[in-house]
Amino acid sequence: MRWTRWKCGVRTLPVVLLACAIAAPAGGQETTPAMLAAAAKEGKVVWYSSIDVKVAELIAKAFRAEYPNIQIEVERSGSERVFQRINQEYQSGIKNVDVVNSSDASHFIFWKQQKWLAPHTPPDVKRYAAQFKDPEGYYAAWRATLSVMGYNTNLVPAKDAPTGYVDLLDPKWKGKLVKSHPGYSGTSLTGTYAIVNVLGWDYLEKLSKQGVQQLQSTTATPKSIASGERAVMVDGNEYNMFIEIDAKSPVAIIYPKEGTPFVTSPTAIFADAPHPNAARVLQNFLYTAKLQQMAVNEGGTRSLHPDVKDPPGRTPLAQIKILADDPAAMLPLVADIKKRYTALFGN
Amino acid sequence: MLSSPVATRSRFIDWTAPFAIALVLLLAALVLLPMFRLLMTSLTGDARQLTLEHYRHVFADPAFVKPLLTTLWTSAAVGMLCILAAAPMAWLVSRTDLPGKRLLRTLILASFVTPPFLGAFAWVLLGGPNAGLINQWYYALFGLKPFEATPLINIFSAGGMVFVMALYTFPYVFTFVANSLDVIPSELEEASAILGAPAWRTALDITLPLVVPALLAGFLIAFLQSMTLFGTPAILALPAGIDTMTTKIWSLFQFPPQLGLAAAVSLPLLLITVLLLRAQSGIMGRRGYSVIGGKSTGTRQIRLGAWTIPALGLFAFVLGSSIVLPYGVLIRTAFVKNWSGPVAGNLSLEHWRFVFFEFSQTRLAFENTFLLGIAAATAGTVLVTTVGYLSLRKLVWGHRYLGFLATAPVAIPGIVLAVGLFLSYTQPPFVLYGTLSIIFLAYLTKELPVGYQQIGASLKSVHPELEDASRIFGATRLRALFDITAPLIRNGVIATWIFIFIGSIRELSATILLFTARTKTISVTMFDLRESNDWGPIAVLSITMLLITFAMILLINYFTDRRST
Repeated sequence: MRWTRWKCGVRTLPVVLLACAIAAPAGGQETTPAMLAAAAKEGKVVWYSSIDVKVAELIAKAFRAEYPNIQIEVERSGSERVFQRINQEYQSGIKNVDVVNSSDASHFIFWKQQKWLAPHTPPDVKRYAAQFKDPEGYYAAWRATLSVMGYNTNLVPAKDAPTGYVDLLDPKWKGKLVKSHPGYSGTSLTGTYAIVNVLGWDYLEKLSKQGVQQLQSTTATPKSIASGERAVMVDGNEYNMFIEIDAKSPVAIIYPKEGTPFVTSPTAIFADAPHPNAARVLQNFLYTAKLQQMAVNEGGTRSLHPDVKDPPGRTPLAQIKILADDPAAMLPLVADIKKRYTALFGN
Repeated sequence: MLSSPVATRSRFIDWTAPFAIALVLLLAALVLLPMFRLLMTSLTGDARQLTLEHYRHVFADPAFVKPLLTTLWTSAAVGMLCILAAAPMAWLVSRTDLPGKRLLRTLILASFVTPPFLGAFAWVLLGGPNAGLINQWYYALFGLKPFEATPLINIFSAGGMVFVMALYTFPYVFTFVANSLDVIPSELEEASAILGAPAWRTALDITLPLVVPALLAGFLIAFLQSMTLFGTPAILALPAGIDTMTTKIWSLFQFPPQLGLAAAVSLPLLLITVLLLRAQSGIMGRRGYSVIGGKSTGTRQIRLGAWTIPALGLFAFVLGSSIVLPYGVLIRTAFVKNWSGPVAGNLSLEHWRFVFFEFSQTRLAFENTFLLGIAAATAGTVLVTTVGYLSLRKLVWGHRYLGFLATAPVAIPGIVLAVGLFLSYTQPPFVLYGTLSIIFLAYLTKELPVGYQQIGASLKSVHPELEDASRIFGATRLRALFDITAPLIRNGVIATWIFIFIGSIRELSATILLFTARTKTISVTMFDLRESNDWGPIAVLSITMLLITFAMILLINYFTDRRST
């Protein structure tokens, strides 16, 4: 609220007062009894998310346990698909989404430019490092993951496993690779952007000649190598790999030596959310240490919450060579990346 | 009621004619408006000028030409494969003493009603080159290792797609050929047999030429079916980097949708289906052989003897691949944690729990699917019954147009219809996008021909004399319809309703372009799950969908059996 209040005080008052009145429904930032009552009256919250469907439902379940009066509806698809659906819906005047989560952080820049988002800072987010939140409070990184490589340990002995992207060009991997699609997955898109920065399109062109099986989601590729359908995964969610490892699936993570794309995945509230109070209750809930710790423990994600600890056995971020994401620099290139990628790998 | 018939007649206006005109307009709006918008959009440039630019783009860009060629050759391959399998099958069922015909026909019906995309899901689990169960058995049997040896089957390929498409398309060809054989008297064949020709010689020299029209028509229908499928290529060909026309149209709808291009890609598809259907009706209608048309005096059945085994082998292969193995693998996948692992120690109900107690889409998807199914079936039945009655009785001016309009959508591929509907109903004055109504319109339009054909069969069985009698006594046309004809065709109407319902609840290729988060159906929910490889929940939803379909078919049988007694 600080930013809004400042703006209300300094800029042309009448217009801004109106804007503030629209932008800030009952209660403000913290989940107050008044906000809860209003949310219960709305009865429902609609959450579009790109997180793995089972993890999404896990979080929905936790939300239901905490707020039994508010129904939560999850619409899960790949980040790029979520983006397309929301834009198509907004273009057609359909206001269905309350809270959105996408692993393509550039979406939030776009939506903010469109003035589709509502500023809201959950109490916990105040303690988040500045690089993980929008200075104007429109969004913050709800979760993070790495776009890792991986392999099936029954099919590939650890000593033969590739150590980085360039290794995958070895003819011995031909027909054994599986990859997700930047036209569908925000994680894959963020990863593709990072890989192109380091290795160039030239690399992807060579990779495309390796008989890569093209799946859509970065949640799908870990499942593919776990089933043994493919031996090596070019990109996939680290959190899905942790889930598979916890379920004793025969897979292992590779942090490529060229660096591993780090993917932050913000959430935001839409200004025209049909359930504005329930949206704020959900948004506050999503960033609590308790929920964040649960998402890390059971969903395998990385958290940016200062109180949350990685469970033992997971490589700490500090020991991984990271390729940081840069949503603002990526945004103008997105269409081009998708087009060039599709020309090489298909849809 | 019967007092002074003449007076009664003059007092009531016969509303049939205005009603028929209203119906023609309604059907025209339903069928022609989307096609008109499609045509206009394909010819309109960014500056709203008339242009052929979209067509130029489509036919010059290899990204479009290649999918077109893929679609054409794979559809032709499906047609050929269907004929190679289904023609001998139909001959065996119709002309020989093959055992278990009833069961075999039932299983062929089962593959007919299995949604093709369910078959494609199942074949990913069976024929994935490395983890697919059939390949796993193959590797284990011969002591081979995945990735080192060539897999027995690679379902993620154009060939794999053709195979799976053929598995759910051959029943069309089978039905065409079997029906044709049923009306061809077997005297010529018997004569050939008496003159000493062996059975195979008779089949090739006498029977085959007689069923050529049916074979050609079957080929064209199979070609058409495969060309318009969306689910199967999306599931089996996209992972191999292969696009077809339908997947290309779908990808053009990713935001921001490239509507001009999508329309320009859709129209050739529409044109091809129209041409093929014309060719098909030309072939079926020509009846160039004088032997066809007479009533058969009962066919003498050829004794197969030792050939029974290979004959049954053919059925075992086709029906095993289309029904037994896919259903088996779906059931197995629904009840194990890890689909590619051994069953022992892997059994679990977690996918059922997830789908029915945790997955927040399930309820909405089921509600939407049933609501749409019931609405489309009810509205569709009312519409085709009325249209069928007016056009088959040739009662009014325009009856030809009615019949034509009700059958025309058969030439419109589902995804093309969806493009047309999207163009028609996303902008004012009619904004239906985002509501169930637009999907309802798609289902209603798509199912019109099926319903019309169904109800037509029923109506033809009621002789107009009965109504004429009623009209002589002074009843209006509508009154005669409701009091005389309606009760007689009741069971046919119910069967029509169920047919449309079954067709609607499995629809994917039109829904995929028209759904929004609030208006998801079971089929698109499954498609979403496919993109994240969640095979367990997909299997659970597949089984549920199949159970509903088979329950509905039992109902159809119940009602159509009663009609015949």
